[in-house]
Amino acid sequence: MKTVQTIQPSVDGKGLMMGRKGYTDDYKEPGSLIIKILRSPYAHAKIKQIDSSKASPLPGVRMILTAADFPRIPFTRAGQGYPEPSPHDKFVLDETLRYVGDEVLAVVAESEEVAEKALSLIRVDYEVLEPILDFETALDHPVLIHPEPEIKEMFPIGFDPKRNLAASYQMEVGEVIKELAACDTIVKSRFFTQAQAHVMMEPHAVNARIDYQNRLVIYSSTQTPFHIRRIISQALEIPISQIRVIKPRVGGGFGGKQAIHGEMFAAFVTWKTKQPSTLVYTRKEVFSSTYTRHPMRLDLTLGAMKDGTLKAIDCQVLSDTGAYGEHALTVFMVTGSKVLPLYNKVSAVRFGGHVVYTNHTPAGAFRGYGAIQGNFALESAIDMLAKKLKMDPLKLREMNMMKEGETSPIFAIMGEGTAGTAMIMDTCKLEECIARGKALIGWEDKYPRFQETKTTVRAVGMALAMQGSGIPLIDMGSATIKLNDDGFYNLLVGATEIGQGSDTVLSQIAAEVLETTLDKIIIYSSDTDLTPFDVGAYASSTTYVSGNAVLKAAKALKAKMIDKAAQLLEVESDSLVFDGTMFQDLKTGKSISLTDFSNQITYSKQQEQLSATASYVGHKSPPPFMAGFVEIEIDKQTCELSIEHYVSVVDCGTPINLKLAQGQVEGAIVQGLGMALTENVKESSQGKLLTGDLLSYTIPTRKEIKRLTTEFVSSYEKSGPYGAKSVGEVGIDTPPAALANAIENALGVRITSLPLTPEKIFFAMKEKRSNNE
Amino acid sequence: MNINFLLNGTLKVVNICPGEMLLDTLRKLDILSVRRGCDTTSCGVCTVLLDNKPIPSCSFLSVRADGHAVTTVEGIPEEAEKLAKCFGEEGADQCGFCNPAFSLTAYAMKQEKIVFDEQTIKDYLVGNLCRCTGYLSQEKALRKYLGVDQ
Repeated sequence: MKTVQTIQPSVDGKGLMMGRKGYTDDYKEPGSLIIKILRSPYAHAKIKQIDSSKASPLPGVRMILTAADFPRIPFTRAGQGYPEPSPHDKFVLDETLRYVGDEVLAVVAESEEVAEKALSLIRVDYEVLEPILDFETALDHPVLIHPEPEIKEMFPIGFDPKRNLAASYQMEVGEVIKELAACDTIVKSRFFTQAQAHVMMEPHAVNARIDYQNRLVIYSSTQTPFHIRRIISQALEIPISQIRVIKPRVGGGFGGKQAIHGEMFAAFVTWKTKQPSTLVYTRKEVFSSTYTRHPMRLDLTLGAMKDGTLKAIDCQVLSDTGAYGEHALTVFMVTGSKVLPLYNKVSAVRFGGHVVYTNHTPAGAFRGYGAIQGNFALESAIDMLAKKLKMDPLKLREMNMMKEGETSPIFAIMGEGTAGTAMIMDTCKLEECIARGKALIGWEDKYPRFQETKTTVRAVGMALAMQGSGIPLIDMGSATIKLNDDGFYNLLVGATEIGQGSDTVLSQIAAEVLETTLDKIIIYSSDTDLTPFDVGAYASSTTYVSGNAVLKAAKALKAKMIDKAAQLLEVESDSLVFDGTMFQDLKTGKSISLTDFSNQITYSKQQEQLSATASYVGHKSPPPFMAGFVEIEIDKQTCELSIEHYVSVVDCGTPINLKLAQGQVEGAIVQGLGMALTENVKESSQGKLLTGDLLSYTIPTRKEIKRLTTEFVSSYEKSGPYGAKSVGEVGIDTPPAALANAIENALGVRITSLPLTPEKIFFAMKEKRSNNE
Repeated sequence: MNINFLLNGTLKVVNICPGEMLLDTLRKLDILSVRRGCDTTSCGVCTVLLDNKPIPSCSFLSVRADGHAVTTVEGIPEEAEKLAKCFGEEGADQCGFCNPAFSLTAYAMKQEKIVFDEQTIKDYLVGNLCRCTGYLSQEKALRKYLGVDQ
């Protein structure tokens, strides 16, 4: 039987296409109380007084919840391993409001209409405070965003709220200053990356009810049901044993559902009233009041010798975490740890900086977090260095990049929020990725530019990227598998299917071990009462970490089945083989079918429920690698840019499911193209969101996406399930730098801030012309 | 007020509020394949067919459906299944939230006697946003469904 490494339709695609019930809002109870949030119109303010005298008496208004109704317990919304490396700096409701969209109060009503009417009748008197809206001025600003005494870090993360500092970090290998001083050539540049919004198609949704055992049962569109259960218990002081979180089908996450959002309100309302409740974010709330990608300023310095030997990298970063510090440190560290090891032959490398609070919409987890920002800076700078050295940028990369069997000292020094884990690259096929990508894009014929006319020019550009596969020694995945009568299996996993295909991939792994077909594996994912623990869908962990747990559980069950069948047949288990449908004893020739075996042990002979549970925690995080190549056309008059072709050649080990892996890469590429070209969360000078809908915040449509070529190089990661590494995030990293490099190849101008808009290209060309005059 | 409309071939008499949008009316009728992705007719997730033409139900007053035929994916199970098979072969289904709407738009397109070239497909489906797939696998699957696979 062969189910892995083949094209297998997803286990759930058909039902979803047919419109079957499955998403969070489909499960709300009839007659649920409707929760609506009143949100701050100011970037920084204090609530002086709330007048709800007109709203409270409205028929159908059940509660108006303010800060006084909640226990004053600081927590972090970040859904991460516990204790979290994010500051506990958030209260469910607070009297200080820290961004436009921060929660002022919650109205609980019997209908949407009444809830909205009540919101419009509530008058809030605010004391408007000076906001910090320029993150470069936040550190040691006289305005303090978090003066409250209760907030804390769980362990040292460089948290210093008196300096508006959510986290800070510094590391150095070798002596960067000394190495740079001895270099022939230096490239030093400052880069800026913007806030990007996730725009998963399903807005955040939650609903709650009390079940017949008087327990709180929550359906949530979350990536992290077990973290949600823990955070709710801690922040609302509800015993964790009384909470059940069910993750039904989730309509996309991309990191945006890694943290807790409306769950806190639904949990509180239902726990208090014992009545079902529901809260679905509007698209505007998703934009204004969840979180964005961290905007960053990156100062990158490269030092090299004339022959192209890279000697030193220095990367100093300022990151804007907005009003709250979700993932402040972890995103920041990834900017170094999953980027800088690409060039592992340097004598010295330094990375560090600050993550500051501002009065912006908070920043948080987002596919490729930290890595895409760092990659834009590093892979832009590498091309800048190649230009300076008059070298082919591919050759410069090939000379200096990570190769199989090598390592980087950064792996041991930097983890996510803590020290890292040393590891050797057992698989690193960057050379093959480059060679294949070069051929697919036609680099030899097209680099740096080609087909130049009076008004248009075509060019190519490229970038390399790496990611990780889970967080070693922190992320745990678990799986339970049981054999049923008639010989089919239930696979229960805490791993969180959010559209990435994990239910299919994990089922394939189980089917492969048990030598059966996918239809015999019935997967159920993420229910804190029913499935074993898993940290959830983040950090590119599911295939590698949860997949290894499934592999272990399925192997353990298979061993139990063989032992049991040996007992039943009265033979030695050593000589008994199982081929997926039959147990056969090689010595005696005795045999029994799986169907008969499972029916007998269920109903008649030596009855026993066979099952196995296993967990997996990675001891390393083998990075997937890729080379991304782009061909663009630029209109020299309007500076408009079109993507003619994007080539991705990926080393993600051996993909479990080729088509789903391709889907992960291509979806990420297009999300990365959006970040590179158009997507930009914009606020007014007063901090009001200007991009609160899909008309003003534009994600790529199918018209912009003409041609994508995605290939996987042959690679087998022996620590991964059937040779697999992760593939969920690596695809998003290359587009910003590859495009900036292509623009320079086309026009000779270097854009160092994202997004790469026609206006920036226009002004850069204007400056170039005036410099030439 | 009461409106009458054909929902997937069955006559429905429904009491609606003035200002109620068709999306909300349909979800109240337990048609859960119709979903809200935005409120600005930008994402296409709420697409239904009104007299066989795709419309965004989030911004379509229910009262305007009075006397018309509304089709949701529940009304075209055979077509949805055919498209699902093509999606499965191309790995084009990820989160699935937008798939019923895509299916309806694809079905409406199939009904029109037009040439299904790449540009026509992109023009017809440009209002169906997807954040998961990068679009091209969907389009490849769609060409299979339309029988114009190269």
